[in-house]
Amino acid sequence: MAYHRFDAVIVGAGGAGLMAAIQLAGKANIAVVSKLYPPRSHTGAAQGGISAALGNVEEDHWEWHMFDTVKGGDYLVDQDAAEILAREAIDAVLELEHMGLPFNRTPDGKIDQRRFGGHTRNYGEGPVRRACYAADRTGHMIIQTLYQQGIKHHVNFFDEHFLVDVLFTEDGICCGVVTREIKTGELHVLHAKAVLIATGGFGRVFKITSNALAGTGDGIAIPYRLGVPLMDMEFYQFHPTGLYKLGILLSEAARGEGGILRNSEGEAFCARYAPTLKDLAPRDMVSRFIYQEIKEGRGIDGKDYVHLDLTHLPEEVIDQKLPDITDFARTYLGVEPKKEPVPIQPTAHYAMGGLPTDVDGRVIRDEQATPIPGFYSAGESACVSVHGANRLGTNSLVDLVVFGRRAGRHMLKYIQENSLPPLPREPELRARAEIDAILSRKSGIRPVEIRTAMQEVMMDKVSVVRDGRGLAEAQEKIQGLKRDYASVAIDDRGQTFNTDLLEALELGYMLDCAEAIIVGAIAREESRGAHYRTDFEQRDDKNWLAHTLVYRTSGGIQVRKKPVTITKFEPKERKY
Amino acid sequence: MQVTLRIKRFNPDVPEFQKPTYREYQVEVEPNDRLLDALNKVKWHHDGTLTYRRSCAHGICGSDAMRVNGRNRLACKVLMSELGTKVTVEPLIGFPVIKDLIVDMEPFFEGYKSVKPYLIADDAPSAGERLQSPEERARYDDTTKCILCASCTSSCPITWTNKEFVGPAAIVNAHRFIFDSRDQGAAERLRILNQRSGVWRCRTVFNCTDACPRGIEVTKAIEEVKRALLFDEVQ
Repeated sequence: MAYHRFDAVIVGAGGAGLMAAIQLAGKANIAVVSKLYPPRSHTGAAQGGISAALGNVEEDHWEWHMFDTVKGGDYLVDQDAAEILAREAIDAVLELEHMGLPFNRTPDGKIDQRRFGGHTRNYGEGPVRRACYAADRTGHMIIQTLYQQGIKHHVNFFDEHFLVDVLFTEDGICCGVVTREIKTGELHVLHAKAVLIATGGFGRVFKITSNALAGTGDGIAIPYRLGVPLMDMEFYQFHPTGLYKLGILLSEAARGEGGILRNSEGEAFCARYAPTLKDLAPRDMVSRFIYQEIKEGRGIDGKDYVHLDLTHLPEEVIDQKLPDITDFARTYLGVEPKKEPVPIQPTAHYAMGGLPTDVDGRVIRDEQATPIPGFYSAGESACVSVHGANRLGTNSLVDLVVFGRRAGRHMLKYIQENSLPPLPREPELRARAEIDAILSRKSGIRPVEIRTAMQEVMMDKVSVVRDGRGLAEAQEKIQGLKRDYASVAIDDRGQTFNTDLLEALELGYMLDCAEAIIVGAIAREESRGAHYRTDFEQRDDKNWLAHTLVYRTSGGIQVRKKPVTITKFEPKERKY
Repeated sequence: MQVTLRIKRFNPDVPEFQKPTYREYQVEVEPNDRLLDALNKVKWHHDGTLTYRRSCAHGICGSDAMRVNGRNRLACKVLMSELGTKVTVEPLIGFPVIKDLIVDMEPFFEGYKSVKPYLIADDAPSAGERLQSPEERARYDDTTKCILCASCTSSCPITWTNKEFVGPAAIVNAHRFIFDSRDQGAAERLRILNQRSGVWRCRTVFNCTDACPRGIEVTKAIEEVKRALLFDEVQ
């Protein structure tokens, strides 16, 4: 075992983790842990843009952005947080530009902006150009730019280290993490005053997903096991346009640039459901439109997909503004988007829920928002909540930079004011026991069997459309798979680069995420945003204008409610 | 369709693979499966010790570059229908092998870091963005696409024998800043690339351009850096 001492440890080197690291670099002794190399993080897969009310191409105001965020989230958004998101987005995007991010430009040299789903002018009148972008690889350019800044500031990277535990003192103060160095199998204890979890999402719990294979919820499952609550886990976003069967994302920018969804009759069906925003209605709604078309027999060839039509777009728009996603259609489906429509279906994309935090990234333990000292989260792993029941396109990237930055700044203050807490005795014991149990098991169930069963039941019963009976079945299934997991067995017993072991550990993390999603979904007897139940079709503000907190306790799983912060915008019916 | 994957194995923990050994696996795949899907089938269903890096599975993260039928490819960006029924899979060459298809990427990232791959400019405006015309932005667009997968660097015959050479990927990333109108570090980077380890080691073989899964004109970028040095002018 190796021991290291730091002021702060950041787990996850995507946009949020790196943005936090840059605030701390040079001012504190920090480490950034990633199970990949940082530029491989899933922030790099984001395509379409990052919104900020710069007003570079038409009138825009942060208040409009805030309103769209609150309405898009079906009023479950904490409005104090949404205000910070919309206000600070402007400065954060400019900071990215100053760091060197190569945004596309307007003819007069400013950052160019384009339309995106749910982003409107003057509180819902029509689409507005708010998304700043770098072709359709905005996330790629963000991760590259932030990694470049990390190199510039000599950030201490622990590349290819896998998170196996988060450490707390007996008084509940966070005091470090345990990692497994993937190359050697050695355990490392990183003793620190503050820890930031920025490990991203867990889309891999579903069968069809846009998420990387690395999106397994590591950083949120471990604290959940230790009694830290997870918030709003039932809200999981299905992006309308994933490549058929593969789930690979085709950015909303395709519709922002004029692409249209069509059913088997060639009808542009979104206009029937959302007369004002049409194809640019929020994602939860468009995914349900597609579901409804397929259910009513208007899927292409009667199958479970529809078409994304780009054939009417000028060639130069496709080549210059959507080059990567049209390349995906060519590479993986053999479809030429300039000539033929692209088969698409909704794909599991983004977790609105996660570790509950305040607006400074501090993870909180209860309905009164009591912070857990030294423990932070930002980005997709966190739930601030700025996305509420449904995230708007581009707001994930805004969330990363705005709240990654705020968390980093708060951590700097925290580590200056606090001393290093003691480590628990034998800090690596829990992780070592878990790893040794798997490595020493001679026979049992292969991880793929459990993983596939989990992904299928989550897709079948816990995706775009849900009901109480299906959720109960899914819950029973996941409980059974958790029992199976107790006898999971792998082939590779070595120490060197044992990804067989890591995949088994990731499966354990995903089962916990799946459990929390289902518990939240069963509790929430209403339909709101991405959580749509056929047995409770209406939004119920009287009982459910509240966040859910799911706790694992010694007495079983508990669900508690936390009030939503409402400042400027009273909840209204959501129409587009 | 039934395919045979012939995979070069090496595993310091297992006696039978302590010397590099080819091992064959039969798997049933769909023609439009990715090679990564086929590797996953082997790992998940037949032999969990088979080891490779992967993450995004659609050609964006740069994890799974490997040698496929003698060419550097991303396993997630090549379909089985392109590869025939017998596919040879080997680790990238030019780097030390850690296990199976995993190579030591540290020398690659050291080369990348050596060219100062970050914007060098002190005069951030107090309000608003730095201005850049669409033409200025287009000048370095191609080299912003790099995903640091090492396909180019590993395909370059110079890097196989000369461990000093920074390699094509590092030059691509230097190019991305040298030709960015906002950057002021061109002279510094050009000095680095004018050394023995720099651009003059390139023999214009074009392997790098062929290997790039992002379609970057790597050789052209290297030539543009050479021209900037020769004519003392960044155009």
